Amino acid sequence: MSTERQRRIRNFCIIAHIDHGKSTLADRLIEMTGTLTQREMEDQVLDTMELEKERGITIKAQAVRLVYTDENGEEFILNLIDTPGHVDFNYEVSRSLAACEGAILVVDATQGIQAQTLANCYLALDHDLEIVPVINKIDLPSARPEEIKQEIEDVIGLDASDAPLISAKVGIGIEDVLKAVVEKIPHPAGDENAPLRALIFDSYYDPYKGVICYVRVMEGTVRKGTKIRLMASGKDYEVNEVGIFTPKYLETSELKAGDVGYITASIKNVKDARVGDTITESERPAKEPLPGYRPAIPMVFSGIYPADSAKYEELKEALEKLQLNDAALTFEPETSLALGFGFRCGFLGLLHMEIVQERLEREYNLDLVTTAPSVIYKVIKTNGEIIELTNPTNMPSPSEIDYMEEPIVNASIICPSDYVGAVMELCQNKRGVFKNMEYIETTRVMIHYEMPLNEIIYDFFDALKSRTKGYASLDYELAGYKESKLVKLDILLNGDPVDALSQIVPEERAYARGRAIAEKLKEIIPRQLFEIPIQAAIGSKIIARETVKALRKDVLAKCYGGDITRKKKLLEKQKEGKKRMKQIGTVEVPQEAFMAVLKVES
Amino acid sequence: MIRSLYVHIPFCVKKCLYCDFNSYSMSSGIQDEYVEYLIKEINSLGIDRFQTIFVGGGTPTILSLESMEKLLKELSKFSPMEFTLEANPGTLDDDKLKLMNSYGVNRLSIGLQAWQDRLLKKLGRIHTLDGFLNSYNMARRHGFNNINIDIMFDIPDQSFEDWIETVEKVKGLKPEHISAYSLIIEEETPFYDMNEKGLLNLVDEENERNMYWFVVESLEAFGLMQYEISNFSIPGYECRHNITYWLNEEYIGVGAGAHSYVSGVRYSNKKGVKSYIEGIKTGNAKENITFISTDDEMSEFMFLGLRMINGISKERFNQRFGVDIYKVYSREIEELKELGLISEKDGFIKLTKKGIDLSNQVFVKFLRG
Repeated sequence: MSTERQRRIRNFCIIAHIDHGKSTLADRLIEMTGTLTQREMEDQVLDTMELEKERGITIKAQAVRLVYTDENGEEFILNLIDTPGHVDFNYEVSRSLAACEGAILVVDATQGIQAQTLANCYLALDHDLEIVPVINKIDLPSARPEEIKQEIEDVIGLDASDAPLISAKVGIGIEDVLKAVVEKIPHPAGDENAPLRALIFDSYYDPYKGVICYVRVMEGTVRKGTKIRLMASGKDYEVNEVGIFTPKYLETSELKAGDVGYITASIKNVKDARVGDTITESERPAKEPLPGYRPAIPMVFSGIYPADSAKYEELKEALEKLQLNDAALTFEPETSLALGFGFRCGFLGLLHMEIVQERLEREYNLDLVTTAPSVIYKVIKTNGEIIELTNPTNMPSPSEIDYMEEPIVNASIICPSDYVGAVMELCQNKRGVFKNMEYIETTRVMIHYEMPLNEIIYDFFDALKSRTKGYASLDYELAGYKESKLVKLDILLNGDPVDALSQIVPEERAYARGRAIAEKLKEIIPRQLFEIPIQAAIGSKIIARETVKALRKDVLAKCYGGDITRKKKLLEKQKEGKKRMKQIGTVEVPQEAFMAVLKVES
Repeated sequence: MIRSLYVHIPFCVKKCLYCDFNSYSMSSGIQDEYVEYLIKEINSLGIDRFQTIFVGGGTPTILSLESMEKLLKELSKFSPMEFTLEANPGTLDDDKLKLMNSYGVNRLSIGLQAWQDRLLKKLGRIHTLDGFLNSYNMARRHGFNNINIDIMFDIPDQSFEDWIETVEKVKGLKPEHISAYSLIIEEETPFYDMNEKGLLNLVDEENERNMYWFVVESLEAFGLMQYEISNFSIPGYECRHNITYWLNEEYIGVGAGAHSYVSGVRYSNKKGVKSYIEGIKTGNAKENITFISTDDEMSEFMFLGLRMINGISKERFNQRFGVDIYKVYSREIEELKELGLISEKDGFIKLTKKGIDLSNQVFVKFLRG
């Protein structure tokens, strides 16, 4: 049962691999439908964060309402939900998908389907979304649209015979995309009079309005004054405002089943309006929440410290503010002998971690020292106690440990068949267990491995890219825990252990990694006034040693001609460099040393 | 009181491969025009006496006899006590030396760099050893009795033996003053690019320091006493002009790209020859104007003063800033003493030998912020 209003609505998102043209297509759709004037348009208009534009990625979901008039003069409302595309944000993606009836699948006519696209595409199929394939970048000389169509049919099993051939960059075929959206994607349904059920697919914190919930109304109606309840958190609020995205916020009188829009209700914290939660009415609650809610679970942990220890409070406030908008970020205070006071932070993945770090540094102007990321290890002690270990420093002594477990993921890698050998060798080196391999077309394969997560968060992705000349793509999902022989690798500078440099590593790798880290640190730590021994140790056993020789010469030979300013600038630069060092005992250690220790090939 | 004037001549026959100074290879027509405007700038200073004048470059001796005469005539009006001109081998002749003499130039600074022709070629110098000896002897014949010779170590392909030969032979010429530098690979020079490509065979730090301490000991034994990190002289022949900089006193620089420090402000002239001339025409040749705060002034006082072998006089600090040096820098001074980089004796704080090798490490300590 659906109303005439609903028949004129389409809710959809765009699925694409990074750089396949998702944001550009979104820009063109917005332009074509006259949603924004030329003057208001800018590139990647939906990616509002500076960081998103710079990296060409989408971190937070966005939505925009497009009004499209077809050739018969019929008007349709197209709600485009722009989703993040990275594996770190899989859950967020799944909620955005759940808010839609269909998805445009953008495939690069020169590159074909990638692991990430495929993963999101399967996710969309899981949500019963109608998928509209679109072949982009057909203006490029190396475009091979017919092969790509075949690939879409073979790999995903979608009919791609009439897929629009477009170039979002130069604006070819955009009208065809809009037409296909209207024709192929089902309109929403849902009883406007039933008890309210609205899915939160993202939420933002606004200092004036409180949390702005981005919602898709599945059933019922919500308007200003409606008393609502968030079903997961159980909290009640009164709606202050509802509206739609133009893409700016535009207040409307109500949102009804099938609509995409926003709700504000003086909610103080995004934690109380988490992605995936269901909004219902307090007085007439729905029997069941919408399916699929789960709280975000951090998988990767790292210590974040202010470079200047006087900035601890500032860092704390910045993290609190970021958390207002990022329910997946967790943090708790910790202390390091080497780095002082800081926080152990939990992230969805490495990209999430990098984003948080960059935002702290840029938006809050903080200078940070970050320790190598770690996963959560399970330590089963001889007394039966189980510890979830997120900081290597807290690992109990070997005599107290019965055994340890580490998280495992199912990884899928798509690459040209020429690189199968290289990829398999890499996965094997990273303790991967081969599962199976399938050809997705004559020259491309998809390889499945079971791998320890901690191998992936090290330099895996970089290594994969370099071994496949950038042609491989990766996707993975958590697959539980497995028993593993792990040891704590300590690093000593000038004879003293530096807790922030400790790592948990597989026993069989400890020697190689210890050597590699010592060598790497020798490169990174600048020569100082005295000789600095660098040692790697397991327990009390030294397994590697390198030495940073004492500095012998640091002179400005000439100083005349009166250009004192330039000499001073050189010295200031040197001083600036010193300030970016962390003083550990008598040794000055560059901040990047703490991260660099994980990017070593062993 | 402003005691020192620097005059920049931004022209060379050809730029040396390591040189990042403000200098260009330009026609004599432009050189003559430049001197006109230079004199204009000098006339606009409104000062009638300087104790020291240093005409540097580039290659001041590249100028035509006519231009040189105009310039020296103008400068001689300041009746300087020390009047130095940089003279490069290959551009010096009897007429020019006569001219210099007649206008009161009383100190010459001649760049030799190395005794070996193969190294001179490597550096991109335009002269040979013989060319240098010709110029030097000519200058002596004209009665110049205060001559500096520049020599350089850490030159690509230079062996320790080459360096010893340079030092010993130059000593044999009995100059009153020697500047001994290690080659610095500066950005935006041909050497920089060559070094990036690994084409320069440079000695390691250890050998570089050995070369340095060799020249220090060898010259001092000969009576050429070290008075600054890179400068040596017979006592009484120290370069007063350069000491102005190291004492952080005021000076004025005229000419393209020349720097000035007057009344707590540092600034420079426009760098390019054309933009400088344009600037003088329109009365707007200054740029990079920087006000020096007391904090900055103290840092500069420290890192310039410590370049001198005698170091910094605590009393001079007190006189200049009206505060005891220990009130401002007690922590820094103590730390550096502890590290063996500076020492204190008879009211002077100075670099130790180790402190000279690591002088930047000392200087940065005195920067604020």
